[in-house]
Amino acid sequence: MKRVAVIVFPGSNCDAETLAAAQAAGSDGYFVWHRDTDLRQADVVILPGGFSYGDYLRSGAIARFSKVMGAVTEHARAGGAVLGICNGFQILCEAGLLPGGLMRNAGLRFLSRPVWVRVEQTDTPFTCLYDKGEVLEVPVAHGDGRYVVEPRTAAELEATDRVVWRYVRDNPNGSTHEIAGVTNASRNVVGIMPHPERRDAPALGGQDGARVFHSMEARHATQHAVDVRAVDDRHLRV
Amino acid sequence: MSAFRVEVRVMPRAALLDPQGQAVEHALHALGFGEVARVRMGKHLVLEVKAASRDEALARARAMCDRLLANPVTEDYELAVEGGAAR
Repeated sequence: MKRVAVIVFPGSNCDAETLAAAQAAGSDGYFVWHRDTDLRQADVVILPGGFSYGDYLRSGAIARFSKVMGAVTEHARAGGAVLGICNGFQILCEAGLLPGGLMRNAGLRFLSRPVWVRVEQTDTPFTCLYDKGEVLEVPVAHGDGRYVVEPRTAAELEATDRVVWRYVRDNPNGSTHEIAGVTNASRNVVGIMPHPERRDAPALGGQDGARVFHSMEARHATQHAVDVRAVDDRHLRV
Repeated sequence: MSAFRVEVRVMPRAALLDPQGQAVEHALHALGFGEVARVRMGKHLVLEVKAASRDEALARARAMCDRLLANPVTEDYELAVEGGAAR
């Protein structure tokens, strides 16, 4: 059973569903308030969706400096698993834990609807129970979902297999390379725009998102550091 | 220490799509302002900064932009300083 810390910022609004999804997958999940600096021996940290600090200045720009983020960064640097969903993804980009940034949707409208993503990588702590190439139906709910990176960084993300989820059928927000989710170089930090916690049971219209949370449990605690090194070795050779 | 008024202009990177600017451009065209060739939209922040000199105010404001006010991945910024003694 993994210890899963769901961070709560002022303006988080997917924290309860995210915690419920982690608990439904068998995790020992709990909330950590943004002013806390102790993650309480978390194996996994999740930054949930919402509108932290009202999205003032830029989405995630202020949350990224909240007290808890020091501990989250330390956890990530030590190889601990971190997932950012929607606003959590924006915060991870602002914090520099993931490359790129998220800007206003190309079509300007706030999007709240299902989208389809293809699972591009299955060697992350949050996608290991999916099949490569599998297409999932998961909802998005964002105004600032257009993933933007410099062309050189985009090429590097592709060359090092760091695009985790990619929009298929349509590109709802104008993201570079249809990117819906990315991981960092050591593959322990993942950010995704769609909301898997909103599709983790048949009663919610589908359960394509559930394996994000089951994947966390599927990985053995001791497996992680070895995985990261193996992956890094592979990428060093690329 | 003197008070300086620092104006920060944050704009989306020139190479990036600016859908808000485009929407404003279309609205201007719809109102008959056909002479508008391009609109880009950003943010304007006005800071009151206490500093020993104009240069110091500028350097501090630059640090604020680099850390918080602008995102180097998506935005560029410009600074203008006014105020202080001996002006």
